Formats: sequence, C-alpha cells, structure tokens
Amino acid sequence: MIRARGLVKRFGDFTAVDAIDFEVYRGEAFGFLGPNGAGKSSTMRMIGCVSSPSGGELSILGLDPVADGPVIRARLGVVPQEDTLDLELTVRENLLVYGRYFGLSREVIRERTAHLLDFVQLSDRAEDQVEPLSGGMKRRLTIARSLINEPEIMLLDEPTTGLDPQARHAVWDRLFRLKQQGVTLVLTTHYMDEAEQLCDRLVVMDRAKIAAEGSPRELIERYSTPEVLELRFEPDRHQVAAEKLASVLAERREVLADRILLYVTDGDVALAAVRALGLEPLTSLVRRSTLEDVFLRLTGRRLED
Amino acid sequence: MAAVTTREAITRPPLSGAVFAVRELRFWLTNYRRTWRGSIYSSLLNPLLFLGAMGLGLGTLVNKNGDAAIGGVKYLVFLAPGLLAATAMTTAVGESTYPVLASVKWLKTYQAASASPLRPADIFHGHMMFVALRLTMNCAIFLAVAAALGAVQSWWAIAALPVAVLTGMAFNTTIEAWAITRNRDTSFAVIFRFGMIPLFLFSGTFFPITQLPAWLRPIAYATPLWHGVALCRALTLGTATLGGALIHVGYLAGLTAIGVVAGNRSYRRRLYV
Repeated sequence: MIRARGLVKRFGDFTAVDAIDFEVYRGEAFGFLGPNGAGKSSTMRMIGCVSSPSGGELSILGLDPVADGPVIRARLGVVPQEDTLDLELTVRENLLVYGRYFGLSREVIRERTAHLLDFVQLSDRAEDQVEPLSGGMKRRLTIARSLINEPEIMLLDEPTTGLDPQARHAVWDRLFRLKQQGVTLVLTTHYMDEAEQLCDRLVVMDRAKIAAEGSPRELIERYSTPEVLELRFEPDRHQVAAEKLASVLAERREVLADRILLYVTDGDVALAAVRALGLEPLTSLVRRSTLEDVFLRLTGRRLED
Repeated sequence: MAAVTTREAITRPPLSGAVFAVRELRFWLTNYRRTWRGSIYSSLLNPLLFLGAMGLGLGTLVNKNGDAAIGGVKYLVFLAPGLLAATAMTTAVGESTYPVLASVKWLKTYQAASASPLRPADIFHGHMMFVALRLTMNCAIFLAVAAALGAVQSWWAIAALPVAVLTGMAFNTTIEAWAITRNRDTSFAVIFRFGMIPLFLFSGTFFPITQLPAWLRPIAYATPLWHGVALCRALTLGTATLGGALIHVGYLAGLTAIGVVAGNRSYRRRLYV
C-alpha cells in the first residue's frame, strides 16, 4: 500500500526525516512510535500528499504523491494531529462539507453520515454545533469525517493526544473495529500503550531516523528482557544504591532520575538478590517489558519526556 | 461501511481544477447560509446611510456652489458610482483578510480541505469565486438602492456592476495572496487604516482627483480604486470612452492576474509544508 525508500524531508538546513525505509501492507495497522520531533508528523504529511519529499522514493497505492496527489488523497482518510473541524457548523454539516470535497452526492453523504455517526456514537449530536463538543467527541467526529470517502488507508497523526483515558479507549475501540473491517491504519504516536494496543507492526523513530522495526512483541523480545524490576529509593540513597546494584545479575541496568530499572528474566529472583545485598527499596515493582523499555534501550531516552 | 467496497465512486480520473474549486465554493456557501441575512441588511444599510448622508445631505450644500467641478451633475449622481467601487473594495478587503486567516490558522478548515483531493490553488480559487459572488450581491444591492434614490442616470450603469466586481477582485486576489502568509491579524488593522481608508477618501470617491494637490495626483491615478471609481462613474454618467474603459479594465484585470499568480504560490507554500 505504501512504500518508502531513502525518504528524506528537509526544512532548510534542518533534516526532519533522514532517509527512512518502510513498507505498509494492506489491512494492517502500522505505527510510527517516537517522541515529539522524531519526524513522525513530517512522514505522515508526505504520505498524505500535502508535503513533497526532499529526496528518496515514496509510492502510495502504487502512485506518485507529487504527480497524483488528488487521486491518492481521494482514497485516503486523514485524522490530523490538531482537529480541523468547522466549529461553527453542525456535526452533520461538517460531514456534508467534507463529503462534498470528495465529490460525493448529497444522498450518498446523507446515507453514510447516518452510518458513520452511529459508528462513532454521535448520532444524538448530529444537529448540534461542533464548538461545545468535548475533545473526545471532536476526535470521534474527525474520525467519522475521515471515513466519508470510504478510504482504503487511514492516516492518524497522534489520534489520542490530549484526550482523557476514557476518551482514548473509546477512540482505540473504534480504530480497532476499522482494522477488523479491513481498513489499513497508519498512525503516529508517542504513547507506547497506544502502539501496543493498535499496531500489528511499527517502526521506532528517533531523531529523524528509524531505530528499529517489527511487531510490538518482536521488538520487546529483541530489545528487552521478559521482565523489568523497577526500584525506587530515597533520593539521597538513589546514587549509592545504583552503584551497589551493579553487582546484581541483570542483563541491563537503567538509572533514571527517579527510579532504577533492572532488565531481568525473573523479576522476583532479582528482587531477592537486591534484598540479599542489604538494599531495601522504598517501592519495588516487577512488570513485563513494554515498548517504552525498547525505546529506552534503543535511544537511551524516555518516550514521553 | 468504511471498508473498500464502493471504490468506483472515488477512483475516477482526476478532475479539472474548476470542478475542485467549485467544491470549495460550496463549502463557503454552506457556511454563508448561516450569516446571509445579516449580511443582506448591512448591504442595504450601507448605501442608504452613505448616499443619504453624503449624497443627499452634504450634496445639497455641494450643489449650491455649482456643479461644474463634478461634471455638471447632482452630487448624489457624482458620488454613487464612486461609492459603488469603494463598496466593492471594502467588501473584498473584509472577505480577503479575517476569513482567510480563520481558515488557515484558527479553524484550519483549509488544512481539512487540503487533505481531500483539492489542491491549494483549488482552495484559493474556490474562495475567490465566493468573494466574486459576494461582490456581485453587494454591488447589485448598492446599484438598486442608488437607482431608487435617483442617483443613476443611464442604463449603462448596469455595466458598472461587473466593473465594480472586477475592482473588488483586484483587491481580493492581491490581499488574499498576502493574508494566507500571516499568522496573526495585527497587520490587517494596518491595511484597513493605512491602506483602505486613505484609498476610500482620496481615490476620487467623494471629490474629483483634480482637487488634489498636483504632486498627489499621480499617486491617486496609480491606485486600483481610482481606476474602478473612474470607470464606474464614466459608465453611470454615460460618458465612458472605449479607450478609457480599456485602460481601466486592463489595469484592474492585470492586478487581479498578478494576485492570482501570487496566491497560487503563497497558498501552496502555506498548505504544503
């Protein structure tokens, strides 16, 4: 569906996307995971044919985004990072106006609007103005709007940034259903839980480059240990404890500002070893590895900083 | 529903820019449906107030001094075509500033449109069409009110309508090409105060340019509003000459074309980053 080879985006002297390769296949959910400023949105804009690549190759649906922008965009559904709804129009009018951009007839739009508002659970707000809707409702409306042309690929740039947990889950649920219906999803996120929940395959982006690629499970297996022991000490003992912990058998040790992470096969065994050293942490937590740990390993930094 | 079923409808060969621009025009019309009543009232009130106060009120004073300087007609008749062109200018400037910034910055409806098949130039041209429509409405209402007040002497006045619209478009395209590059509305106030108001007052709307000091006249002749005023007036008074008309229309059409070329470029730069 989408294929990039050596794709580059430069803004003056600044390189936002530095020669990345990736491929997205039909029906999958593909993610770009990375912190803010990693080049995710620039990549998305190039896929959305609203930004020309500065170098490399990009083909979308087998077409060239620079020459065939309108044809490609007619088959994409775009959910931008910032809502671009017309706040002064009603929910229904927003879908009408947008459907018109795709040259759909009034009847087709009316029919699809009924389905789509039902799908995003906004049917009862159809005649309301958009302005007073909550952030989560606006997001769902944006999703409904992006589906008006029955797109083959949906591009979602940070689909749940700024939403409360409940609203995020509502959005994830809808996106999951779309995937089940065979829509190809391409999304960017800096939330590792979002990437784990939604993506079949993802690339970890950092500083304009792709650091790793695979399914969430593969990435965790490849770059992290099954379990992680998180330890918290009193601030004045933090550094001393960190040094002493070097002797505990762990595949890797990360000393963060507030916590120490030990990457191990068995967290409980490791905790016993820590106690055997005479170290008593304030809190300890044994958990499974996540994409956050993968990111930390690959870049030495945390995702949401 | 949102699967890959009805593809025929959306994978037709690419359409021409005009079709896309009309889609953007329809967006503006949908929006306008909410505010058209209010806009009609102001379109009616504006000529009534100005023609009433200046044309009839001030006009009786002016005409007491004789009408030689204004071409031997009543001041009301002299004023109406000038105000017609000036109305086109103010309408166009209003439509080319805040609505454009709102679309690209505050509401980001332009970004929404550019995620659809529409290209930046289509979005620009669609808005131009909407402005042309608004200008036609406003100027037609103005002419009707002027005619009802007895300010129109010749059937040629009907030809002043497209001229007034063209005057507006010269302002619309050039200002819109610039407005799309803005991030804040502060400079709009500067345009209004130091651009539009001086033009409104000194481009022959209220008195002939010949009343200006000699050194100022060339500046007035160079402004787009003067060309609009001069041709509208020549048409409503029935004194137009072909040569003069061609110069005025050529000037206004040329400026409009420059604005379109500049806008195609600046819309693209703004929406395709």
